[in-house]
Amino acid sequence: MAYEASLRVWRGDDEGGGLEDFLVEVNEGEVVLDIIHRLQATQAPDLAVRWNCKAGKCGSCSAEINGRPRLMCLTRMGTFDEEEVITITPLRAFPVIRDLVTDVWFNYEKAQSIPPFTPRERDEDGNHRMQQVDVERSQEFRKCIECFLCQDTCHVVRDHEENKPSFAGPRFLMRIAELDMHPLDTLDRRRAAQDDFGLGMCNITKCCTEVCPEGIKITDNALIPMKERVVDRKYVPKTWLGRTIGRRKD
Amino acid sequence: MTDLERHAYDVVVIGAGGAGLRAAIEAHEQGARTAVVCKSLLGKAHTVMAEGGIAAAMGNVYPEDGWKVHFRDTMRGGKMLNHWRMAQLHAQEAPDRVRELEDWGALFDRTPAGLISQRDFGGHRYARLAHVGDRTGLELIRTLQQRTVALGIDVYMECTVTKVIKQQDGSIQGAFGYRRENGRFVLWQAPSVVLATGGIGKSYKVTSNSWEYTGDGHSLALQAGATLVNMEFVQFHPTGMVWPPSVRGILVTESVRGDGGILKNSNGSRFMFDYIPDYFRKETAETEEEADRWYTDKKNNRRPPELLPRDEVARAINSEVKAGRGSPHGGVFLDIASRHDADYIRKRLPSMYHQFKELAEVDITKEPMEVGPTCHYVMGGVEVDPETAAAKVPGLFAAGEVAGGMHGSNRLGGNSLSDLLVFGRRAGLAAAERARATTVPNVADAVLKEAAGEALAPFERDGGENPYTLHAELQTAMNDLVGIIRVAGEMTEALERIEALKVRAKALTVEGQRPYNPGWHLALDLPHMLRVSECIAKAALEREESRGGHTRDDFPGPREEWGALNVICSADGEDVALTRQPLPVMPPDLAEIFEES
Ligand code: SF4
Ligand code: SF4
Ligand code: FES
Repeated sequence: MAYEASLRVWRGDDEGGGLEDFLVEVNEGEVVLDIIHRLQATQAPDLAVRWNCKAGKCGSCSAEINGRPRLMCLTRMGTFDEEEVITITPLRAFPVIRDLVTDVWFNYEKAQSIPPFTPRERDEDGNHRMQQVDVERSQEFRKCIECFLCQDTCHVVRDHEENKPSFAGPRFLMRIAELDMHPLDTLDRRRAAQDDFGLGMCNITKCCTEVCPEGIKITDNALIPMKERVVDRKYVPKTWLGRTIGRRKD
Repeated sequence: MTDLERHAYDVVVIGAGGAGLRAAIEAHEQGARTAVVCKSLLGKAHTVMAEGGIAAAMGNVYPEDGWKVHFRDTMRGGKMLNHWRMAQLHAQEAPDRVRELEDWGALFDRTPAGLISQRDFGGHRYARLAHVGDRTGLELIRTLQQRTVALGIDVYMECTVTKVIKQQDGSIQGAFGYRRENGRFVLWQAPSVVLATGGIGKSYKVTSNSWEYTGDGHSLALQAGATLVNMEFVQFHPTGMVWPPSVRGILVTESVRGDGGILKNSNGSRFMFDYIPDYFRKETAETEEEADRWYTDKKNNRRPPELLPRDEVARAINSEVKAGRGSPHGGVFLDIASRHDADYIRKRLPSMYHQFKELAEVDITKEPMEVGPTCHYVMGGVEVDPETAAAKVPGLFAAGEVAGGMHGSNRLGGNSLSDLLVFGRRAGLAAAERARATTVPNVADAVLKEAAGEALAPFERDGGENPYTLHAELQTAMNDLVGIIRVAGEMTEALERIEALKVRAKALTVEGQRPYNPGWHLALDLPHMLRVSECIAKAALEREESRGGHTRDDFPGPREEWGALNVICSADGEDVALTRQPLPVMPPDLAEIFEES
């Protein structure tokens, strides 16, 4: 049952670092995060790692496992051979703070720059009325746990620091789509999506969708429909003229 | 002091869960310069784990629902030990707090008429929980997070407060802490500090709580001179995962039962029918047939016993396992597979489906889940004024799980998210009001040096123990000796172990440097965990009766004299002192509500 796994963990900080080898005990049913915790408790007490829920719900424990962006708490040790060396490195698209912890400020900055939700007035009785079918599209995107694995994997920014200022990344392009499809929101977000947040730079490779631990169809359900709406706006002059803040969108 | 970042605000909120963010939003809207200080990244707080929903008597599904019914359910669920005024304000204000979330972008599930849908939950007479599938907590956090960002409120992410600073006259002067990223110290000077730090679960081995739940807010309040009320009441959620061992304790939402899931023992029997207490007999189904009819016809049938308040269900599961009728891994079976088709289950309980699939390799649409009790929530907390959430120290406020009184001896599911919103807002309002009328002088260097010295002490020592070892020992002691069923002898032993751990914690050492060093962080969290554990064990030993989340093997059943008493903890040097205090008396017009039923 229990065995010793070979782990290679990246250790270091913003000035540099490298992979270190460890042998750590593994028991039945454990996930990579358990092994990292055991490593902390027994061999490397100052090993830096982020986590909160240990149940795939908070999106804190993102890292790259054998080069693939994953949540450590949802990666079962049983998916590896007992002899396999498991390599754990910090998210590559973000600057390292220490060990497995990266500086994800880029994401918070992007979130902040998106024009906030701007609802229509409530009905006279003080309620908002929406149909279930109409809320479901945006609800899918609100399942996002902000693990930023999609941000890490998207080739537009993964090895292209220079694209970061003009590209919000799949998570935040999806946020714009979410607001655009929100039954109560009154802003037209199409121009901003294209010009300020770099929707045009996405070439729908779907790598983001593949790594999303929530199984959100980022590309098919958010990015492609948003691209289609942007095209509509560009080529249909009527819509273009009708774009005013505060107006119900089509 | 060099090596120190100084900030001045009107209101500093510690914690960025539902209560903290709601408090910050309110304080900001009142015109206060407001900061939020949180240990994790924004949006990661434990509130995301709340699955079921937000209890609010909006009457969207059952027009006969109203605040009085919600108030009654809450008080009865808490076995009448709740602060009546908190329960009243909570029931009255929750609907407005839910509605405003929609103005900030929340997308709840809808009724056919397009209103916010409401679901059934244990202990609530009517379907009352506003929800989004089974990820309501995430929706709440994201909504408040996005609102906080839209308002431009300053958020200090990954910062831990180690000390609440007071002036000579005993009133609040600010909060002191460090940045996790680089270990540097920060002072947030402010006349109002709102504690919104959540709970204490990390003192227990089997818990649904994240690492942040160290009881630091409870402990900071005690050290600042505030009091804690009824710390003996700890809620063990009846359904946590039991297998595999590494996920033991992770929550399985009550919605599984609200949506038809039933509990069975190893004989296949629906054992909850054997555990219906007299107190709830009138409103609980007697036969499986009646219970099953309830899901479709709630007017003419009584509720299934699986939906009794959490304390009742947790004790029943505990007894079944002890009697040898448990599941292979020491829990009982929670079965929804045989009750609904796979599509329905995946639609109604997507996170649960996902969680069992990923973590336990169990397909809940085909097999039953194995579940057992897990330490989930502390009803006890900082003693506050119901109207303002003010603690006994001028300038200190507390809201959410860290505050006590609202839930009495047992909290109903769904009442936590609503509590966060109602009292988070009240705390923010009162904190801003106080700040308007108060200025604080600069914190003296000597005070800061002392606070910094205390935080760095574990680095100065050599050859002591590792904090992880001590933490594991504390968790075992609390789990085994002050758990779901308690007796005097075991609790006395727990207190002896805590005393010994207090001594050892003073000598522990940490390796490495200050930047992002989890060993150091744990070393600073440990004294908090030890202090709240001492409160829980002492208060539990004091209360010689069984009520709600506190079950004494040596004192079974509630006792009348204890029904009118709160147990209050205060700091006595390094120890915890107890006093008994009469429960606030409910005015006659509210007391009538209970005579009618
Ligand atoms: S689909 Fe677009 S956003 Fe997603 S990874 Fe590919 S380029 Fe990036
Ligand atoms: S969209 Fe998916 S991958 Fe991207 S941040 Fe959200 S949960 Fe993570
Ligand atoms: S710890 Fe929350 S997602 Fe892994």
